[in-house]
Amino acid sequence: MGLRTPLYDTHVAAGARMVDFGGWDLPVNYGSQIEEHHAVRRDAGMFDVSHMCVVDLRGPRVREFLRRLLANDVAKLTQSGKALYSCMLREQGGVIDDLIVYFMDDEWFRMVVNAGTRDKDLEWIRIHAGGYQVSVEPRFDLAMIAVQGPHARQKAAQAIDPAIAARALELGAFFGLAADHWFVARTGYSGEDGWEIMLPAHEAPEFWQRFNAAGIAHCGLGARDTLRLEAGMNLYGNDMDESTSPLVSGLGWTLAWEPQDRDFIGRAALAAQQASGATHKLVGLIVEERAVLRPHQKIIVPAVGEGEVTSGTFSPTLERSIGLARVPAQTGDHCEVEIRGRLIGARVVRPPFVRNGKATIAL
Amino acid sequence: MSNVPADLRYLKSHEWARLEADGTITIGISDHAQQALGDLVFVEAPEAGRRVRAGEACAVVESVKAASDIYSPVSGEVVAGNADLGGQPELVNSDPYGAGWIMRIRPEDKTQFAAMLDARAYQAALAAETH
Repeated sequence: MGLRTPLYDTHVAAGARMVDFGGWDLPVNYGSQIEEHHAVRRDAGMFDVSHMCVVDLRGPRVREFLRRLLANDVAKLTQSGKALYSCMLREQGGVIDDLIVYFMDDEWFRMVVNAGTRDKDLEWIRIHAGGYQVSVEPRFDLAMIAVQGPHARQKAAQAIDPAIAARALELGAFFGLAADHWFVARTGYSGEDGWEIMLPAHEAPEFWQRFNAAGIAHCGLGARDTLRLEAGMNLYGNDMDESTSPLVSGLGWTLAWEPQDRDFIGRAALAAQQASGATHKLVGLIVEERAVLRPHQKIIVPAVGEGEVTSGTFSPTLERSIGLARVPAQTGDHCEVEIRGRLIGARVVRPPFVRNGKATIAL
Repeated sequence: MSNVPADLRYLKSHEWARLEADGTITIGISDHAQQALGDLVFVEAPEAGRRVRAGEACAVVESVKAASDIYSPVSGEVVAGNADLGGQPELVNSDPYGAGWIMRIRPEDKTQFAAMLDARAYQAALAAETH
């Protein structure tokens, strides 16, 4: 038996197909993954993301600590509630995890890290926090529900405390707010508008039902993956890990090189890699043939070299296969992918593929 | 629980087969298999006239999640592939034992069909798989 979120019984009762996901028993779909995908693109859907780990960091030197710990710079966060996406790196530049960090006040930042990396993340954070007298508190008492889609905020607002809803509807993109034991953020992993709501674990089943009654479709991890891939968002463990740096993972934009004297962990290694020129890059792929890109398929770039698909699926919005791939840096606008013993041509594009319900790539 | 019609024969690899009145055998994938695969997006059915051997991979079903080979339970000649699946692969999900059939084969040897699992034996195989 795997780990269970507070919504496990709710999923089973709703007829979800449960699968193991990094040690957690989670719903992959409740029937049709494609219908769940479309619900988010066209209307409103929700995901149980309680397996992800909320970590509160507190102390007078917490900002200084995070400027050392993270490759993006929390000095950018000046307004309370503002969020930042960042990688957390090893000294050699490999990605320990990607995460979102919220600035709440001068002595409190909140971080959300991946489930599969939770234990090593906490260990790494604690090792480095000691020198800054920062307390590290994983919030195992919280559940998390992501409501996503063009109508998700309006529908969810009807189902929650009106006082919290009123404030939450005022949130700008990539802002969060704390209200009593709740936390609502205008963030997500789908390429659509929406909220990620952290709430006490024991309240989760009730609000899941209320959201459902408000017309928000329950969605599983299957749709979550096709949505994030269409949105061009990386998945830790597929598209980057400790053996790859952000520079070869499409995450160069998350590295804050200025100010030059900020000595974040991994900086020296990345600077050296940047100076000598990255050998590979992460790109988007689109296949026109009736074949589906899958992780680890081999890529051949004629006269240049080889690469590998890191994420691949069938895009329900574009109705063809899309993927992310690590390819030689000199790769142009075309490559070939070995799919089930055949070489299939693929177009090299710049993600995202879809944003706010619309294709962002000419088909 | 998945649906296992009593009048069909099965393989452990989740194909079903039905003996038609004209002696041909219709083949598809079981309800359990379509549930496990999830939404199908492509089906590659064999063309009529192709000769296949029992145990040969002769069709491919691909879902959002994974690709899977379909094995012929019998040797013989393909009489038809289901052309409707080209445009509507989701028929395999919505009607796996009806409109979602994949191919029809004229068998060389009727004993191969008779040797397939009956519904009870297939259900037992499914139960064993999930434990």
